[in-house]
Amino acid sequence: MSENTNVWEVFIQSKNGLAHKHVGNVHASDKEMALQNARDLYTRRNEGSCIWVVKSEYIVSSESEDGEAFFDPSNDKMYRHPTFYNMPKGAKHI
Amino acid sequence: MNEIKFQEKIDSERKIEPKDWMPEDYRKHLIRQISQHAHSEIIGMQPEGNWISRAPSLRAKMILLAKVQDEAGHGLYLYSACETLGVSRQELIQQLHDGKAKYSSIFNYPTLSWADMGAIGWLVDGAAIVNQVSLQRTSYGPYSRGMIKICKEESFHQRQGYEIMAEMASGTPEQKEMAQDALNRFWWPSIMMFGPQDGDSPRTGNAMKWKIKRQTNDELRQSFIDKTVHQAEIIGLTIPDPDLKWNEERGHYDFGKMDWDEFWDVVNGKGPCNKQRLDHHKKAHIDGKWVRDAAKAYSEKQKDLVIN
Repeated sequence: MSENTNVWEVFIQSKNGLAHKHVGNVHASDKEMALQNARDLYTRRNEGSCIWVVKSEYIVSSESEDGEAFFDPSNDKMYRHPTFYNMPKGAKHI
Repeated sequence: MNEIKFQEKIDSERKIEPKDWMPEDYRKHLIRQISQHAHSEIIGMQPEGNWISRAPSLRAKMILLAKVQDEAGHGLYLYSACETLGVSRQELIQQLHDGKAKYSSIFNYPTLSWADMGAIGWLVDGAAIVNQVSLQRTSYGPYSRGMIKICKEESFHQRQGYEIMAEMASGTPEQKEMAQDALNRFWWPSIMMFGPQDGDSPRTGNAMKWKIKRQTNDELRQSFIDKTVHQAEIIGLTIPDPDLKWNEERGHYDFGKMDWDEFWDVVNGKGPCNKQRLDHHKKAHIDGKWVRDAAKAYSEKQKDLVIN
């Protein structure tokens, strides 16, 4: 399956209610085949309740090098976390 | 500059991801190692596939089928990881067919009796597990994640093999003899699966520096031998090495000299089954061409439908 196929990224939801998680990819020439191949390859041990496949070319990723620019701004905003605030002694259930 | 930042990342145990900058030699080393690993999983289906139709019970047959199917899956996980380095599946298969990419030499030995299914699961998968557990900590993210998944699934492979050996070793004298014979034939090639001794392994330096490998060939081999000796003893089989002896001082087993001439002969194509394994793979690939063509034609047709 290589000459003519696309690469599809595979996401498995392991249990109803949980988020789909990336597990790897498969080769397939169309979306039904991508789903079939993903089922065969990634759920041999009953791992899933739902599968998403997305053509790899549609995935846009940030790059590790950009990590600082992307994620640093939230580092110095500890006031977004409840533990930032001083509570009066004896205050309960807050 | 890039190189220094890269090494800092490695030294601080952060994973390298596909889009990160990496030295060209790091990429090359990974492509060679991961594709060799992938090819080994796929070629490794053949010696075991040989016994599916002759498994001695329905239970044994179902287990063997599941195991061979797992090997296919593991090969595909590894091809996936390898492709993230910018090489295509097609190129990888071509390199295998051209003899430019290798696979584990152990699969160039024939599987002569049912006991060989036991020896392969117990020893060959056992050795692979020691290697793969170590590689879970490899520095390349996709390879590391693949190894974690594979190790999880692999846990039954070694046990099913050891179960076969234990059963045969406690069976009739003929069965025990078959088990011992399988151990005799697979022992040395199994411990040579870890590759040349550290002094003769030119690429180990970089692989360790870049944390592609986390332990050297000799360390992994020693760890496998130390684990396996007792397993052989308790099922009453004898490891075919007269020099095998516990060394109190080292806290490890000492073992005899490996025959590296044979090892390199087999690597270089002179093993009993090299030609058969590769020919079979090529034939399967060619035989599957019409499936790929049909899939392609179907997807083209779907495209036209959407446009119109």
